[in-house]
Amino acid sequence: MVAPINLQLEFGGGAELLFDGVKKHHVTLPSQSDPWDIKHLLVWIKDNLLKERSELFIQGDTVRPGILVLVNDADWELMGELDYKLQDQDNIVFISTLHGG
Amino acid sequence: MKCKEASAVLIIRVGDAFCRSCFKEYFVHKFRAMLGKNRVVFPGEKVLLAYSGGPSSNAMVQQVQEGLSRDAPKKLRFIPGILFIDEGAVCNQSWEDRERTMSEIENILKATSFPFHILSLEQLFTLPQTMLQMNLAEIPKRDGSYKQAVGSFLGQQKAQAEDGVSDAADRLTQIHIADNSSVECSQSAAFSRPAAEHTAALRDMFNSAKTLTAKQELLHLLRNHLILHVARTHGYSKVMSGESCTRLAVRLLSNISLGRGAFLPLDTGFSDNRYGDVVIVRPMRDYSLKEISFYNRLFNVPSVFIPALDTKASGNSSIQHLSESFITKLQADFPSTVSTVYRTSEKLHVSRTDTTQPKNQQDKCLLCMCTLDTHTGPASAFFATQKSQQLSEKKSLKNVPSAKDSEKQCCNGGQCCKESASCTNSVTGTQDIVHLLCYSCRVTIKDLNSMDKLPSYILKEAEHRTRRMEMRKEIEEFLLDDHSEDI
Repeated sequence: MVAPINLQLEFGGGAELLFDGVKKHHVTLPSQSDPWDIKHLLVWIKDNLLKERSELFIQGDTVRPGILVLVNDADWELMGELDYKLQDQDNIVFISTLHGG
Repeated sequence: MKCKEASAVLIIRVGDAFCRSCFKEYFVHKFRAMLGKNRVVFPGEKVLLAYSGGPSSNAMVQQVQEGLSRDAPKKLRFIPGILFIDEGAVCNQSWEDRERTMSEIENILKATSFPFHILSLEQLFTLPQTMLQMNLAEIPKRDGSYKQAVGSFLGQQKAQAEDGVSDAADRLTQIHIADNSSVECSQSAAFSRPAAEHTAALRDMFNSAKTLTAKQELLHLLRNHLILHVARTHGYSKVMSGESCTRLAVRLLSNISLGRGAFLPLDTGFSDNRYGDVVIVRPMRDYSLKEISFYNRLFNVPSVFIPALDTKASGNSSIQHLSESFITKLQADFPSTVSTVYRTSEKLHVSRTDTTQPKNQQDKCLLCMCTLDTHTGPASAFFATQKSQQLSEKKSLKNVPSAKDSEKQCCNGGQCCKESASCTNSVTGTQDIVHLLCYSCRVTIKDLNSMDKLPSYILKEAEHRTRRMEMRKEIEEFLLDDHSEDI
């Protein structure tokens, strides 16, 4: 079991529209048996935060192509992408680069 | 990693990671290198920055600011101004929302200390008819090379400095002037709510478009007209447009699908001289959207999100949108997709025959102002498409012979010829506009329910050109051929 972790999630470039227009979210992920990684986080976002049209944010088990992910202001490609193990107080940013958000 | 010291923050190409400070250096250098390499923007020239509020245009404005700053090596030496066009009416935004967006934009632009203009797309309805005409006479003749121009500019500055006007004071007054004019701009031109009938007319026009593809294309065309108009009336000879290479790769594919293949070099290249007197340059075309987004995030460059026509649209709602999701999906699996498409666009040039054609008013498309691609032989694909379209539309099949008949009768009658001519002139029908357009714009216009909703400057100019063409036809046999003059 891992303890619950607190995260700051940010959405930008139009991605915030899918979250009631709110850019910054402070969330607490509940404790679970496996450590939290981004793959789990995306499922959690889909179930708990996304307000509409989940296909505009998540496709398959990853983010929609064209949405950038930053972990603590660094490219998630450097952090292992979906397998990055989330730490308490991490800052995860999603920026849409698509036209019209 | 270049410095091998700090920790990496992003990867641009595979195996090419950057730390924060190396990335900044790389990003700033790229902008100057782009302008330095192409040598299109001359020192002291007035340049209009076309600003949409999005990440790329904000990064562009920031780079210009950086490049003009006094301590910058390889300082940029042009005089910038910024233009923002509010398109809220097209996307069915309420005036309150648009006002909020515009004041956000205004705050960002005020902070730049550049003069700026904020316009609404509704001002299309106040454009003069002459705006679609080429004024070749006003093209500034640049004699001598770029190097000479830079040299003489520096010489002038030096002379000024020797006269006791120090560079700092010069700059201060410049900033002062910029400040004044920016206040002026924001008070007079901007923010006054456009007339309600114009907003309604604009909405009507876009609602009459049957497809999202046509709407997006129409918006692009009309926006360009407004940018051109502002550039001309305020004496800007260059317009900088902030398209990233990601956008240009998408545009390359979607424009091929839209039938604009002949104009790819103009639509996606570094400089676009289709207007003659105002040249569009795209200094951001070497950056991918990933680079731009990271730069803006890491160095706190603000940007405003404004919903567009395709916001929350499904994947295949328009050709442009579909091309975008195609490119971004491929890019996710094959990271060199965008750069490959973009490098291809760099190799394209307008064919010689096109550029040597007489720059006649009639030879330019009424909407996109490119050289018409419709003067093709009867064996061309264009002709075949037209033919099959005529055949499949029973209505026009009947019309064509009847029109011919009436023409014959007319010519026999002699006098009635003039009457019928004047009749067709006074009513601008679909047919009249269509033959003034390039293939792609014809397709776009076909998706509109009615032509009368187009702004009057377009309709008037169409009428004008049609009349000129008919007059030309009437007096054709008395005209000296261009070729015969050579002999």
